[in-house]
Amino acid sequence: MSRQLRQRLGFALLGITTALVVLPILLLVGYIVVQGASAISWEFIVAMPRDGMRAGGLWPAVVGTVLLTLGTAVFAVPVGVAVAIYLAEYAQDTLLTRVIRLAIVNLAGVPSVVYGLFGLGLFVIFLQFGASILAGSLTLAIMTLPVIISTAEEALRAVPQSFRIVSLSLGGTRWQTVRRVVLPQALPGVLTGVILGLERAAGETAPILFTVAAFFLPRLPKSIFDQTMALPYHLFVISTQVPEMPVRIQYGTALVLLVFVLSMNVVAAITRSRFRAKRQW
Amino acid sequence: MNNSLYETLIERFIRVTGVLVILFLALIFMFLLREGGATFFEVPVGDLLQTRWYPNEEHFGLLPLVLGSLMVTLGAAVVSLPLGLLTAVFIAEVAPRWVREVLKPFIEVLAGIPSVVLGFIGMLAISPLIREYLGAPTGLTALSGSVMLGYMALPTIISVAEDALDAVPKSYRDAALALGATRWQTLWRVTVPAARSGILTAMMLGVGRAIGETMAVMMVTGNAARMPLTLNSFLMPVRTMTATIAAEMGEVAQGSLHYHVLFAVGLVLFFVTLIINLVAAWTIFRQGKRYGRLLS
Repeated sequence: MSRQLRQRLGFALLGITTALVVLPILLLVGYIVVQGASAISWEFIVAMPRDGMRAGGLWPAVVGTVLLTLGTAVFAVPVGVAVAIYLAEYAQDTLLTRVIRLAIVNLAGVPSVVYGLFGLGLFVIFLQFGASILAGSLTLAIMTLPVIISTAEEALRAVPQSFRIVSLSLGGTRWQTVRRVVLPQALPGVLTGVILGLERAAGETAPILFTVAAFFLPRLPKSIFDQTMALPYHLFVISTQVPEMPVRIQYGTALVLLVFVLSMNVVAAITRSRFRAKRQW
Repeated sequence: MNNSLYETLIERFIRVTGVLVILFLALIFMFLLREGGATFFEVPVGDLLQTRWYPNEEHFGLLPLVLGSLMVTLGAAVVSLPLGLLTAVFIAEVAPRWVREVLKPFIEVLAGIPSVVLGFIGMLAISPLIREYLGAPTGLTALSGSVMLGYMALPTIISVAEDALDAVPKSYRDAALALGATRWQTLWRVTVPAARSGILTAMMLGVGRAIGETMAVMMVTGNAARMPLTLNSFLMPVRTMTATIAAEMGEVAQGSLHYHVLFAVGLVLFFVTLIINLVAAWTIFRQGKRYGRLLS
């Protein structure tokens, strides 16, 4: 077999493997869209669930997921961005910095259900928050930190060194340089990281199982110490725990969750590409 | 407020948060130990190594759960390692530019699909196929879980491996091509070997993700705690450590023996993933690479 022919066959094989990765995903997502579309209506989103969740809508679960995502942002964004600033702008290459980086990589690797156990042990029991939006948000926030830190740090590092030098040479202090020069330049990249992190938090089930999620609670939470329903857990419940559940509602719920999460992905992608188009360096 | 005082305070805050990250990891370990440590005083280690997991009768043999996790993860590795590596090679080295621009965000989207959605579609769409075509009595099997997990590990493997291939200097390829090698030969004899440590890291991180996956696995593997000792166990239900915690923690009384044992299972998971990630991080840090991609 000639070398050229072998190369052509080889490249074709690689193309086929890639198709094996891409096509099943497209098929599955497409299948959910097709099966779920008929269940979707305004009513389905904003109505309370009825008949033991076999009818009605998703409202408390939608509100719960939005609240948990916001709660995660409140805790994870300031800390995550601060750690990124520390690593990118302040830290020298010391032992401490290395240990911090190791800790970040390992935080990212901790299984989501172990975060759930941790949240139960620390927030729900030890700090006595009970199963609550507060406990769930804090658990999700710690889980989200590694994603936010790493993308934000990369965005900060991408700002050219000359920007900092100019600011410092004009008499700006280090913090003024970070605050007025580096951070504004890196903001879109930081935002992308924040959105990707929150997207992960919004779709997670295991960390909220024991920290906040309610099986069936057809009213809206009144305070951050209330339990709430959440879309991912709701999908789990209606697809495994409720007998004689109409399939249409299951697919509809999966579609709503998918759209909710992936639309954040789209926002992140748009932020990034507009950033690239606009930046002058 | 005095300007320099304000600055000092905020710089303090920033420095403290850096250390906070280490504290969080330590806290996770401490609280797993606090709630799960009692296990090792209350249940003899010999009993934990038994083959029966019947918490209601106080049989806490962890072996079926550990083997269940191991089996599903091995299956996932068989699915995802070749697929992931070859796809990364295609994206980094072969695909024309526009294909790459489409595929990279697509892989990111795959990473964003919630695990519970994949589990749901696995139950409804994939399990029936396995039941029908492979003759398994129920579609909820270790094989279903392996395939599912394999696909869920792909984004990690592909993006880390692709980064490693990207980082190989162009001069390596140019030299091989100038010596008369085809692109195909260059790829497998120069580029891939040069990127091998990054590719290994990619594979380890992928496997690490697979071990820790919970919801999708719980929904498609059938959750029977039995010893998977023969090859056809792939066509039987199996139960992983993660699924056991997720399924049973909601029903146990706080402070009971069963409760402590579930935290001990969490402790085992924590250490397994910690070791995998430490090794993976070590290979990457040794080369002074960015670590951002480790986390995607």
